[in-house]
Amino acid sequence: MDNDKIERYGDELFEAFVARRSVPPLLGREPEMSIADAYRIQQRYVARRLESGERVVGKKIGVTSKAVQELLGVYQPDFGILTSGMLCQEGDSIDLGALIQPKAEAELAFVLKHDLRGPGVTAMDVIHATDYVSPCFEIVDSRIDGWRIKIQDTVADNASCGVYVLGSAKGDPRRLDLSLAGMLLEKNGELFSTGVGAAVQGSPANAVAWLANTLGELGIPFEAGEVILSGSQSALVPVADGDELVCTVGGLGRCRVKFSGRSAV
Amino acid sequence: MSDELTLSREDVVRLCERVEGAQSRAQAIPKLTDEYPRMTVADGYAVQNELRRRFVAQGQRLVGWKAGLTSKAKMRQMGVDVPSIGFLTDRMACPESSAISVSGLIHPRVECEVAFVTRETLRGPGCTAQDVLAATDHVLPAAEIIDSRFAGFKFDLPSVIADNSSSARFVGGGRARYVEDLDLRTLGVVLEKNGEILGLGASAAVLGHPAEAVAMLVNILAGLGESLPAGSFVMSGGITEAIPVGPGDSVVARFQELGSVSMRFTE
Repeated sequence: MDNDKIERYGDELFEAFVARRSVPPLLGREPEMSIADAYRIQQRYVARRLESGERVVGKKIGVTSKAVQELLGVYQPDFGILTSGMLCQEGDSIDLGALIQPKAEAELAFVLKHDLRGPGVTAMDVIHATDYVSPCFEIVDSRIDGWRIKIQDTVADNASCGVYVLGSAKGDPRRLDLSLAGMLLEKNGELFSTGVGAAVQGSPANAVAWLANTLGELGIPFEAGEVILSGSQSALVPVADGDELVCTVGGLGRCRVKFSGRSAV
Repeated sequence: MSDELTLSREDVVRLCERVEGAQSRAQAIPKLTDEYPRMTVADGYAVQNELRRRFVAQGQRLVGWKAGLTSKAKMRQMGVDVPSIGFLTDRMACPESSAISVSGLIHPRVECEVAFVTRETLRGPGCTAQDVLAATDHVLPAAEIIDSRFAGFKFDLPSVIADNSSSARFVGGGRARYVEDLDLRTLGVVLEKNGEILGLGASAAVLGHPAEAVAMLVNILAGLGESLPAGSFVMSGGITEAIPVGPGDSVVARFQELGSVSMRFTE
């Protein structure tokens, strides 16, 4: 796709984000769009957010479970850029009014203490470079009508990033079994679903290594201090005004999040 | 289990022989309610009790119990709000890392569970998860090989209970742990067949806490006029989906904090 189109779609997604409304699927309008094109649109969309005063604080990895990969017909993850405006604090309630069609996912976040430069990064390098891991919620949101996404649509839309919350629990990945750590997700005090680290690429550390290598090929920096959301370990949770979610990771601790207000859809 | 017995003693014996025959010949039969549509859960347990009496009379040792239908999804599917239970004998036990022949089985499936070993007698009604934890000597990881004797694994609650809740074989092993050293809700579990992950979950998938399933099992036993003796081995219910297995398959269930249990299947 030519640069004009890339810019136009990136701008369209940014404007949809600002206006809190969704747009028709991009792939429906550009059937030839490749995943590489979609990442260029994402870069434009993120650049617009940075121009409006945000800064890059980390990355998210998406499409990490077998179920979601089969749904989208792709057999590798995708990534998006986390910007400063996406961070919410654990004690605050998340304002759904700022989102379009949000859903929550529970995952493990990594915070790096060393840069990771791919290609050639292994899961062992990831553990070595990690300062700590925390349970977290990612509230995904889509600027695409009705979540009618193909892989190109979600990649262009910054991997459907919405907002995220890090739990105050912090764990040393050297003291935690990342692939076997169980996860319990409760909604309003009731069990909603359970999961385990291995649901994410066999281990969340494998997903982070994939990200480091993919970013390395694209020349995108991956630096100490960044937060990486490693991929959902739970089913997508619909959320509404007054809901409270708690995820508890075995051997690590909890992340709690509350919601208020009404989303656009 | 509000319902009552509708089967005569003769019918109970007849159905028990039918189930026992299906087990020993490894041949599927139609579900029992096809012939006895009014059969109740109480009837199911009457048939299961007769089966247990016969197995013990044949020299098998009763080693414990299992809870089945312990996930919300399975309960909703069966329209029940309590698990089903089945008894376990020494003849169903297979050593860890052993070869298990499928020749005596119809359509085996494997699921992984947290198993409890008790050190005090537990009695219902009114048994709670706290009572179970207080009476537990240790927990360990286990794999259960279930095998419905009903064609196509299709059954209703009275039929599956009569069939000893699909009990067939089990493997205990891994690492024994004291319950006070663990959070029994958040133990992650991965079930692999031939190196591929086919089941994923955490232990809370069993009624929010596996000890909850054991408490319900004790309360069901109380309804049958029985208690759970000290030293019982109790499997608390599948954490993941049950996966079908056949000759040549190798299965590993890996548990956070509890190690793993493995087995392979032969003709």
